[in-house]
Parts: sequence; C-alpha cells; structure tokens
Amino acid sequence: MSRKHRSYLYLLIGFAAIIGLSFPFEAGLNSYDMRIVINVGISMILAASLNLINGFTGQFSLGHAGFMAIGAYTASALTTMVFGTTEGTTQELLFLVVLIAGGVSAAIAGLLIGIPSLRLKGDYLAIVTLGFGEIIRVVLQNIEPLGGSLGISGIPRYTTFIWTFGILAVLIFVTENLMRSTYGRGFLATRDDEIAAESVGVNTTKYKVTAFVVGAFFAGIAGGLYGHYNSLIRPLDFGFLKSVEIVVMVILGGMGSTWGVLLAAALLTYLPEALREVELFGIKFRDFRMTIYALSLILLMIFRPQGLLGDFNAEEFIRKIRGKPKKPATTET
Amino acid sequence: MYRLITLLFAGLLAGIMISCGGNGGNEEESDVIKIGHFASLQGDIATFGQQTDKGIKLAVEEINANGGVLGKQIQLITEDTRSTTQDAGLAAEKLISNDGVTVLLGEVASSLSLVAAPIAEREQVPMLTPSSTNPEVTVDKNGNVRKYVFRVCFIDPFQGKVMAKFAKENLSTQRIAILKDNANDYSVGLAKNFRETFEAMGGEILAEQAFEAKQVDFKSQLTDIRDMNPDAIYVPGYYTEVSLIAEQARDLGITVPLLGGDGWDSPELTKGKFKEALEGCYFSNHYSVEDTTAKVKAFTEKYDQSYGELPGAMSALGYDAMYIVADAITRAGSTDSEAVTKALSETKDFPGITGNITIDEQHNAEKSAVVLMIKEGKFTYFATMEP
Repeated sequence: MSRKHRSYLYLLIGFAAIIGLSFPFEAGLNSYDMRIVINVGISMILAASLNLINGFTGQFSLGHAGFMAIGAYTASALTTMVFGTTEGTTQELLFLVVLIAGGVSAAIAGLLIGIPSLRLKGDYLAIVTLGFGEIIRVVLQNIEPLGGSLGISGIPRYTTFIWTFGILAVLIFVTENLMRSTYGRGFLATRDDEIAAESVGVNTTKYKVTAFVVGAFFAGIAGGLYGHYNSLIRPLDFGFLKSVEIVVMVILGGMGSTWGVLLAAALLTYLPEALREVELFGIKFRDFRMTIYALSLILLMIFRPQGLLGDFNAEEFIRKIRGKPKKPATTET
Repeated sequence: MYRLITLLFAGLLAGIMISCGGNGGNEEESDVIKIGHFASLQGDIATFGQQTDKGIKLAVEEINANGGVLGKQIQLITEDTRSTTQDAGLAAEKLISNDGVTVLLGEVASSLSLVAAPIAEREQVPMLTPSSTNPEVTVDKNGNVRKYVFRVCFIDPFQGKVMAKFAKENLSTQRIAILKDNANDYSVGLAKNFRETFEAMGGEILAEQAFEAKQVDFKSQLTDIRDMNPDAIYVPGYYTEVSLIAEQARDLGITVPLLGGDGWDSPELTKGKFKEALEGCYFSNHYSVEDTTAKVKAFTEKYDQSYGELPGAMSALGYDAMYIVADAITRAGSTDSEAVTKALSETKDFPGITGNITIDEQHNAEKSAVVLMIKEGKFTYFATMEP
C-alpha cells in the first residue's frame, strides 16, 4: 500500500477508534470529567493548529486567540441568530455548516493579516499578531448586535466527544500529510533558514501565508466547538492571555512535534483541574494551584528546553524497538 | 543528574494524577449538607470573589455553631473560576457532579453565572447567585424564567434607574455626562438604563464617553466632558478605574460630583491620595456599613473580628445568600432539589443584611437600594431608594 493510502487508512482507524471510545466515555464519565475531556480536545486542536504556524513554519504568532474568537463568534452567531436550536440530523448538519463557516471566516482573517504582515520576521511579527488579536477583541466588544462585552449567551450545546475528537483527527491527518508534501518541505525550509530558502527559489511568503490560513481555519473551528459547549462566549476570554496559553502549549510540547504538542495541551488543560483536589502533607493545593502550574512550566523549561517530545520521532522510536537499522532520511518521500 | 530530577518531576506529576482519580464516589454522606460556591478567587475580579466567599464562610460558621440546618452541619466547598468562562463551567460542573452539592452559590460576574445557569438547569440543581445583576441570568433570551436559578440582588435596570431618579430628584441635576467601561457588560448595562430613565424624566445626557478596564489615562474623555460643563458625571465602573478617573477629573478642574454603582464599593476606592478626589460623590449600593440596626451592626462587627476589615456589599450579599439557602432548606424540610427549588422561589420578606428580600416571579430579589455619599473617605448613608 502506498503511503498516501495508508494515511487515509489511519484516518479511518482514528474515526473508528473515536466512535468506539465515545460509548464507554459517555457512559462511564460524569459530566464534569466529560467537560475536562472536551476542553482537553479543544485545547489540542488549538495547540496543534498553532504548531503549524509556530512550530513547523517558525513564525512567532501571538494572535491565535483572535482566530479562535472569529470562529467562535461566526459559528455562535449563525446558530443563535440564523438557524435557531434544532435537533437530530438537521442539528448535526447545521453544526457542521456553522463550524466550517467559523473556520472559513477565521481563515480569511488569517489571509488578510498574513499577506501584509508576514513580510515581518520574529519579534516584529509577534507584535503585529498580538495587535491583531487585541483588535479582534476590542472590535467584538463594541459590536452591539453581538452582545458587546457580555458576548453571545444561550448558545445550544451541540459539541460532543465525537465532534471534538473527530475534528482533531482530521487536523492531525491534514498536518501529517501536509508535512510530507511540498508544502511541508517549504514550511521547514522557511523555518530553518529563510534566506537560504529564498535563495534557492522557495517562495517563503506563500508558505507562511498557507501555514497561517490552515492554522487559522482550525483555530476558528475550535472556537465554534468552544462556543457550542460553553453556552456563552465573551470577548474577554479571547484576550492576550488565551493566546499565550496556546503558545505555551506549543513550546512546552516541543516546537514542531505534533504528538508533543498534543500531550502538552492535554497536560496543561488537565493539570489545573487535577490540582483542585490534591492534598499533600495536609496542605490543600487548591489555593495555589496556579502557582504549581507556573512552577511546572519553569521546571520543564529548565530541564527540557526542547519541549516534552521536542526531539522525539515516532517512526524512529518504532524502528528502534523493532531493531531495524535507521533509514537515511533523504529517501523519505 | 538532570535525568534524575526529570524523573522525580514526572513521578510527582503522575502521583498527582493518580491521587485525583479516586474521588467522586462519596456522594452519600448524609451527615452534612454540601453547598458549593464557584467564585473568582483569581483573575480580574478576584477581590469581589474573595469578598463574597468570606461573607458566605462567615454565615456557614454561624449556622453551624447554631446547630446547622435540619440537624446537619453545612459543608462549604469553594471552587475557583479564575474569572474565565472556561473555568466557571468546569467549577460549576465539578461541584454538581463530583461533590453532589445541594445548592450552587455563585458568581459575581453575570457572564460567568450565565455559563453555570444552563448547567444548573440541566442537572436540576438550584443555583443562587449573590451578585450577578444582569437580567438574563434568571430569565433567558426567549423570556423563559430559568426554573432553578435565583438571585438575591437587584438587577442592572433597577440600579441604573435608581441612580437616574436620585440624580434628577434628590440632586436636581439637569445635564449629565456618562463615562462607561466598554469592556464590562455590567457598566454598559447600567449606563444604558441610567440614560433611558434620566431622559424619560426630562433630563439631558450630554455625552456617553467610553473607556476600557485597566486603562490608566482618562484625560481625553474627561477633557471632552469638562468642555460640556455637566451638572454631574455618571461613572458606572469598577473601583479600580473610578479612583483614577476621579483624581484626573479633579486635576482637570472638574468639580461636579461623580455618580456610580455598586462596583465602587471597595475600601480601595478612597485609599490615600484618592480620598480628596472622591469627596462628595454618590453611588448606589446594596446596603450601608453604617446602618445602625442591630442585625447589620452584629454582622459588620463579626466580619471585622474574623477578617480585620469592613465587609463590602459583596460580602453582605454572600452572607445573605447563604442564609436564604439555609432558610429554604429548613422550610423544604429536606435536601431534595425540587423541594429546595420550590422553597427558594417562595422566599418572602427574608430579613437580610441587604434589606428584606422577596424572590419575585422572575426569580429576582425585590428590595430597595441605598445611595451612599462619600464623606472624608467614608461611605456614609444618604438615602434609600424604593423600587
């Protein structure tokens, strides 16, 4: 079987696994645990989509929450103001439509911001994207029909385990395939040495914009999922801090390591919840759980600056276990 | 060495994860009544969340010292929301699903209460919010009253109206400028209702200027306002910005009084250099610390003894909310959620610190507001405004 066909097979296996897992999850977990699981899934989508921009293409974006906000507002506004609450198959179909609409509007925003600002590099780009995120927040705050600073409330709850992790599976599939294509090579070339890449004819601007558009698209979808789970979205939740939270997940997981980033997203979303109940030597962690959260970030950065799985390569790992010799990297296509 | 430390660290993490897997199965503890409070103990509005929690804790201590409710002790579980909607959902869901609380208390910010309200509805657990003033918390967008959600405070429209009425009738002002916080739904709501009432009464709103929370320079807005020469300025914001606004207004030579809402209520408002600037200003509030009735006096003294500070409105509302819950459980005679919900909706003339509280058909509290005047840095009672 060719590599391409195999990746489709993996996607199908992934879908089957998610549907299979959903039954014990829905039955065995109470609604609090389920909420953690869904929040973990949404964080994973956000982190993995930012990883395309920050990790693979090496562009330091600090505006990911802005894309998420656009997606969340588009999807939620469509549901609450245009379609209304529905049930059954119509609901699932409409949910897909609004999610994609959210993703597309975020992608358009990604394109609009990408074209002029991606001529900038490093810190300058970080500042522009940061400004973009804040602009989105402030603009949303001042649009009365979208609820102003209170935001959109009363969004029906459509997001389920299958939706969240199904979309995550698609994102992983897209990322893995993208990275094995010309685009992926372009992303890496842009990240590793922009000048060298330009000099051999790689259109780095094109790759940067592509990474931005794809990343923004999935961030928008994540926003839609978030809105349809939390029942209320407000501009304040898509501020600078949210963007930083996502960047931290990417850096902690290891820039450019999809699995590492997913692991970090899960850890960082779960840890604050886990710390609610922990008691060591009679001290309740509840009161300073955010301190512990911050402390674990500092420690991890000191002892694993490359991130959790920054230098981990799944294929090499499997090969090592099987005891097969390492293939030269250049033959990979 | 590094490897060892990394291993240790990973071990600690794993330990934390394992140790929290084993809770949740202890719902059938019948010797205590569990009350859950989800509050912003960190983040933007942490002061309000902490104040509310202190008020509730004080009430729980008193109730337990007096033999508890239905012969059982009350166990208060407080969960942090970090002032974010994501954590508000998690905290509310945890209290209901893992801890199995009888009643959910919480949130100061209306947006955070709005995340928890659908959860309370779905899980059919009564929820009582001490200080969320947005009307939508108890009545959803389609005008349906949420069956399980109640509040013990008045709502934004009422507070805005009260201040407009006060400005027009008690202060006889005619021309007012508004300076609101655009990032804050509470401030926007108050400004809107103030404007409507004031204009309906024949007054004139000269301008509606906006600022953003965390801003520190308000001179451009204030200069505009100064040039219009208003009789008073309505600043329905939180105390953090109001102090700075007052100081800068006085620097610019604006001498007219500033008017505000319950967001002003913090000892921080008139601390140090801000004392002069806020002299002679007025704001609407839930109660007055200076109230000399025995009930309020006992409360403020006890609070002072426990925490070494005077209680703010949020503490008083938290305290009242807890007592109303205890009262409802007593009247219901059980901790069954339907019975408690019914008892809560039938709360009538409950003598609280913040006035006599009656829960109306829309699950709001019907009660009067007080207007406080700032005199020598102290919040002194000025007038009571009836609904």
